[in-house]
Amino acid sequence: MALAPLQVDVWRGREDGGFQRFEVPRQPSQTVLDVVTYIQRHLDTALSYRFACRVGMCGSCAMMVNGRPRWTCRTHVDKVSEGGLVQLAPLANFPVVKDLVADMREFFDKWARAGGQFVPGATRQDAFAVVDPASAKRREADAGIECIGCGVCYAACDVVAWKPDYLGPAALNRAWTLENDVRDQGGSGRRAAVASDAGCHACHTLMSCTEHCPKHLSPTRAIAGLKRATWRIALGDEE
Amino acid sequence: MTRLEARLWLAQRATALVLAVCVMVHLATILYAVRSGLSAEAILGRTRGQWGWAIFYGAFVLAASVHGAIGLRTIAREWLGWRHGSGVAATLLCVALALLGWRAVAAVVMS
Repeated sequence: MALAPLQVDVWRGREDGGFQRFEVPRQPSQTVLDVVTYIQRHLDTALSYRFACRVGMCGSCAMMVNGRPRWTCRTHVDKVSEGGLVQLAPLANFPVVKDLVADMREFFDKWARAGGQFVPGATRQDAFAVVDPASAKRREADAGIECIGCGVCYAACDVVAWKPDYLGPAALNRAWTLENDVRDQGGSGRRAAVASDAGCHACHTLMSCTEHCPKHLSPTRAIAGLKRATWRIALGDEE
Repeated sequence: MTRLEARLWLAQRATALVLAVCVMVHLATILYAVRSGLSAEAILGRTRGQWGWAIFYGAFVLAASVHGAIGLRTIAREWLGWRHGSGVAATLLCVALALLGWRAVAAVVMS
């Protein structure tokens, strides 16, 4: 028996846009990204959206699906449709470029502001660093290193919504992985950056980031680690 | 700014630790004290001239004042957008809470 077609409400335009209803044929194992692609290829070629890898690696296809931020390439329609209806909108807490495309500039600028760049201490003449994968610091770094930069945590974070200059879970998670990278030399500067007014202390441990992260990372844990790491600043041992 | 935020966070954590102990002792004292009825005489009889209680509740008041004022500063900044006035308002509130609390402690210990 053929499945009943799916009703899809898709955000069109910029912030002042609205939802447009499409009817999309159902397929077994259909993902939300499949649905968006069908609309763009068969129903309205002017629909704008972003994707690249389709296999949960690149982090470019995240959208709000029925009000929750999700990676659409790994989200099955079966799991999220409510009575045969799916609502798609651009990621919350991001400016809208057009339709389902969010403006990621501020999000990634915050990674830079949180000291997200690796600061090397060795030269090409030095030997390779030997890092024990079982060491406590490396395990802490590994726990957060698989971030794909999709922006789901940032869209889910209530503190970002209340305090727009808050660096956000992804940028702070990145800072925490570098804090635990024994090769990195950016420690004190990075700790000062994340201890700013808009940094780790703004987090209220609501855990929405951890709840929504498609890679099952815990930015909450990373932020808690950064708060502990900034004790030295509080005690005046570090600027 | 960086050092201030880190210090306020540390102060709030430290006072939370103090409050956790103080609240437990306070609740246990209430449960114990009401066994013989709750009257002003009974309370004052227990607290008058007791400098141990004065020090305990004095510390309790200080921890609550600091902890609460830091929390309200955060709420004012986040929900009211009070960036500059929030620090002064929180400091005044902290001082007011501490003075009122200590006055109450003095009233039951020194009366």
